[in-house]
Amino acid sequence: MLTDLFADYTLRTVALGSALLGIVSGVIGAFAVLRRQSLLGDAMSHAALPGIVLAFIVTGSREPVALMIGAAFACWIGAMFVASIVRTTRLKSDSVLGLILATFFGVGLVLLTWVQQWPTAAQAGLDRYLFGQAATLLERDVIAMAAVGLPALLILALFWKECAILAFDPDFASSIGLPVRLLDALLTSLLVVAIIIGLQTVGVVLMSAMLVAPAAAARQWTDRLGVMVALSGIFGAAAGVVGALLSSTAERLPTGPMIVVCISILAFVSLLLAPRRGVVWAWLRNGRLVATR
Amino acid sequence: MRKEARERIAHTRKLAIEYMNPLTEIILIAVVTAIACALPGVFLVLRRMAMVSDAITHTVLLGIVLAFFVVRDITSPVLAIAAAAAGVATVALIELLHRTERIREDAAIGLVFPFLFSIAVILIARYAGNVHLDVDAVLLGELAFAPLDRYTLGDVDLGPRALWLMSGILLMSLLLLLLFYKELKLATFDAALAAALGFAPAALHYGLMSVVSLTAVGAFNAVGSVLVVALMVAPPAAAYLLTDRLSHMLVLSAAFGALAAILGCLAAFALDASLAGAMAVVTGLIFGAAWVFAPERGLLAQALRYARQRQEFAQAMLLVHLLHHEATPQEAVECDPSHLNEHLRWDAAFTAQILRRAEQRGLLVRQKDLITLTESGRRLAAQTLGGEG
Repeated sequence: MLTDLFADYTLRTVALGSALLGIVSGVIGAFAVLRRQSLLGDAMSHAALPGIVLAFIVTGSREPVALMIGAAFACWIGAMFVASIVRTTRLKSDSVLGLILATFFGVGLVLLTWVQQWPTAAQAGLDRYLFGQAATLLERDVIAMAAVGLPALLILALFWKECAILAFDPDFASSIGLPVRLLDALLTSLLVVAIIIGLQTVGVVLMSAMLVAPAAAARQWTDRLGVMVALSGIFGAAAGVVGALLSSTAERLPTGPMIVVCISILAFVSLLLAPRRGVVWAWLRNGRLVATR
Repeated sequence: MRKEARERIAHTRKLAIEYMNPLTEIILIAVVTAIACALPGVFLVLRRMAMVSDAITHTVLLGIVLAFFVVRDITSPVLAIAAAAAGVATVALIELLHRTERIREDAAIGLVFPFLFSIAVILIARYAGNVHLDVDAVLLGELAFAPLDRYTLGDVDLGPRALWLMSGILLMSLLLLLLFYKELKLATFDAALAAALGFAPAALHYGLMSVVSLTAVGAFNAVGSVLVVALMVAPPAAAYLLTDRLSHMLVLSAAFGALAAILGCLAAFALDASLAGAMAVVTGLIFGAAWVFAPERGLLAQALRYARQRQEFAQAMLLVHLLHHEATPQEAVECDPSHLNEHLRWDAAFTAQILRRAEQRGLLVRQKDLITLTESGRRLAAQTLGGEG
């Protein structure tokens, strides 16, 4: 299996793409989870669908870069709707997330079914963005993913201190004069980047797991932000590669869901067995599985 | 065998066309589904559990798949029961994770449902590829084909199976709602009091989750899982912006759901596009309309209220300014209409507007280079300052 990784060109591309996705979504997802925005990624990735189809309608091609730009726009608009509805109504964020998720996805479905009646065959395969199809990743796709993902990580590194303060104490951040709204927009944009990188590999439906699970796993092993973010990226990348390899071992094992299962198992194991925070150790100590309230 | 099946379909189709137009039937199924989703949806929105519906609609698939491997029959009612059980199990698992206090509730939701859904997708892709279990259908729904699947009694056509199923679920929801209305209301708005009065909020919670799961199972056969989220969340969210009464919110949600179903179906027929998608879009548009135009809480009402308050505040400022300088040596300078904007630091147009309105209301008199308060203007200024006026 490992020799395949080096010998098989397609497999190498897929594994590289999945690893890239894992790193970027793990690192950026860590901030989303710490900022209690675990489900924002879910809503935003569903919101990407109409953007993908619209980009196809406008450009008439399935060029991944064009579709990525369309997806990014739609994600951003979805996130802006979420923020402004939460600000101007008494609805709680969960309702707003569900609302935006479902209605944007509905728009995407209407457009998708409408496009599918076109006589041109080029639209075939647009629906693979629902669950992703890592096997179809080409080298240029991976290059495109790297071209948006690595600068995003660099930007995060540049604004590390500000983002860290915002993640843990937004009130303190604004009281020391940090441009909170700008930083908020920056972190949302990074989330958009992580999502559009994942669209082709795991698809809009399962993308949220790539943001939440690595961070949830990493959080159990450490109390330090730097370590947590690094671990989260490593976990994401490892799950990406293992998932991609496992799905190549047999017929009809979809890559996206395999990656999600891998990263989820990693998260559950971390929750149970991580030193100090592991539930099992607490249970052995107290004889109780969960904290009583 | 295949010929027989084809004839049977042709026969039921003929019956369907005789009794009812299939398009009408689709709309009817959609309306019943929308109402059945909107009622439990009200409580999801009020209890801040809207995203739990997203989780449930995904994980019921795992229940269906696992049950299918046991009974090997896609039409068995065991599948629906297993699906509903999977939904409730999802809620329990999320709660268990949350209660370990290792991760927050939203992270627990985001961790649990993609995991279970992925397992279901893998199982289907791997082992059930050639049976009638199609992930796309689960996500996107097959409402357009619902009228083809009918109950027949001998030669009598009883209508589409989905209509019977959703009507049954709707009736059950209504019955439970009427029976436990008081309990649900109290547990939703004051869980602590409900617990203190011995209403068993946990039992109510899981009861509600069972209803949500069962509704999701019934509905997603027809309309797909994403639309279930739209129908459960959007109409109650719109209604919540329009009313403060639970009973009104329930009625409004049901009405919005039904409206979205009708308009969505018509739009989808016209565009020949996805029925589920079009209905979801209409629920979003209805919410958008409520967001902008709601009488007290809408964006428009908020903007109007803000503009009115700004004017009233400016007028009060102006009157106090005039009162303060009345009969003082600086009066000629401070109360000169052409320099007023400098003293109050307003722009000229805004100053002119406020002056005009105050004059119209008889609060001040404008002369060529001096503004003087009238008696009622003086009284209002004194009132603003906290005197008895």
